[in-house]
Amino acid sequence: MCLAIPMEIKSIEDNVARVEVGGVKSQVRLDIIDEPAEVGDFVIVHAGFALRRIDRVEGLETLKLFQEGLGLELIK
Amino acid sequence: MNLLNKFKDPKLCLNILEQIKSDLQEEFRFMEVCGTHTVAIFQSGIRSLLPEKIIHLSGPGCPVCVTHDREIAAYLALSEKNLVIATFGDLIKVPGPGGKNLKMAQAEGAIINIVYSAFDALQMAMENPDRKVVFLGVGFETTAPTVAAVIKMAKEQEVRNFFVLTMHKLVPPALKALAADKEIRVDGLLLPGHVSTIIGLEPYKFLAEEYNMPSVIGGFEPLDILQSILIMIRQKNESRAVVVNNYKRVVSDQGNTRAMEVMHDVFEVSDALWRGLGTIPDSGLVLRKEYSDFDASLVFDQELPEVEEVVGCKCGEVLKGLISPDNCPLFDTRCTPAKPVGPCMVSTEGSCAAYHKYRL
Ligand code: SF4
Repeated sequence: MCLAIPMEIKSIEDNVARVEVGGVKSQVRLDIIDEPAEVGDFVIVHAGFALRRIDRVEGLETLKLFQEGLGLELIK
Repeated sequence: MNLLNKFKDPKLCLNILEQIKSDLQEEFRFMEVCGTHTVAIFQSGIRSLLPEKIIHLSGPGCPVCVTHDREIAAYLALSEKNLVIATFGDLIKVPGPGGKNLKMAQAEGAIINIVYSAFDALQMAMENPDRKVVFLGVGFETTAPTVAAVIKMAKEQEVRNFFVLTMHKLVPPALKALAADKEIRVDGLLLPGHVSTIIGLEPYKFLAEEYNMPSVIGGFEPLDILQSILIMIRQKNESRAVVVNNYKRVVSDQGNTRAMEVMHDVFEVSDALWRGLGTIPDSGLVLRKEYSDFDASLVFDQELPEVEEVVGCKCGEVLKGLISPDNCPLFDTRCTPAKPVGPCMVSTEGSCAAYHKYRL
């Protein structure tokens, strides 16, 4: 039930964003997202609301650590 | 490069799996508390790849499965009061006392509408001013802020025919109840990614500090899950426990403060009833006084009825990780997804349903 999926913002009007992923289109509300999202951002969508912007830099960073075989360094 | 696909990369996964195998010293029992993790672990095949000494337990991580019989009885009673019931589809088939569910109520004449968002329920109310619409508020911290935001909108727009029956539950107090339970043997907790998106890292710190429980916030791709398991195992090997955020691309350590503000504006914390776990202090959300006009339980005077428990269903023990679903005598005999006896078999994210579908 807590299923939340990443979708890409295609346009924004007031507090509503048109989002899309793999051809599936939807509309989500931006009332509870914590930082302003922009067109082109991927957001985590749940029950008709965007919860958060996905941080590409963090994502790439995590992968880089993996690829360098430094998984352990993620423990802080 | 598609970032998300990279988190499925088989080469990277095998690499982590090798590390898990070489670091694993003794039996390691980890529990996840998120229905999406349950499904992801089965569906991705991770469960079958993990060494036998790693034991996967599905805890109380599916809001539908932990909805109590008395709560089900309450919303079934509401459905008989000439109201429009708006609900997430997940609840439709969940059997309550006597095996009755919303689908049967519908067949008997109740008006039940499936919505995808609480916002849709509000719109339904606004479009039908002569009907009273009750939204069934289930879900953890992921969902509760969306419902709170909609209740706020309803108040601002002075919508008088929209109500919410709140059955929302909070994850950390349930984890506390589990961690404090001497019966339960868990070596590490895989913390729910999407709940954590909202609440951040802080509310879990007691797990490490008070219970010495390795705990990792994890994402849902195979790589996320495997890596989280590896981190838990390494913590156990080193006899130390810290709460690690291993899902940084989606979870910030402080969580989504805006969503939490909205949630706490509208709701206040109260005790709640969990299926199989009983009453857990401060583990639920009720509407604040300022919003009592929207509280379906007050407006329609709907208390939680006393009910008899469903006989034979062992959901409670399954949710605590004490038995695996196939240890329930009704599993696959009297209880199947087509004819579920308990809620753990209804929700696709329930342990019993996942077991039934993907059992090795
Ligand atoms: S198999 Fe059915 S009856 Fe048994 S615990 Fe699971 S849901 Fe309950």
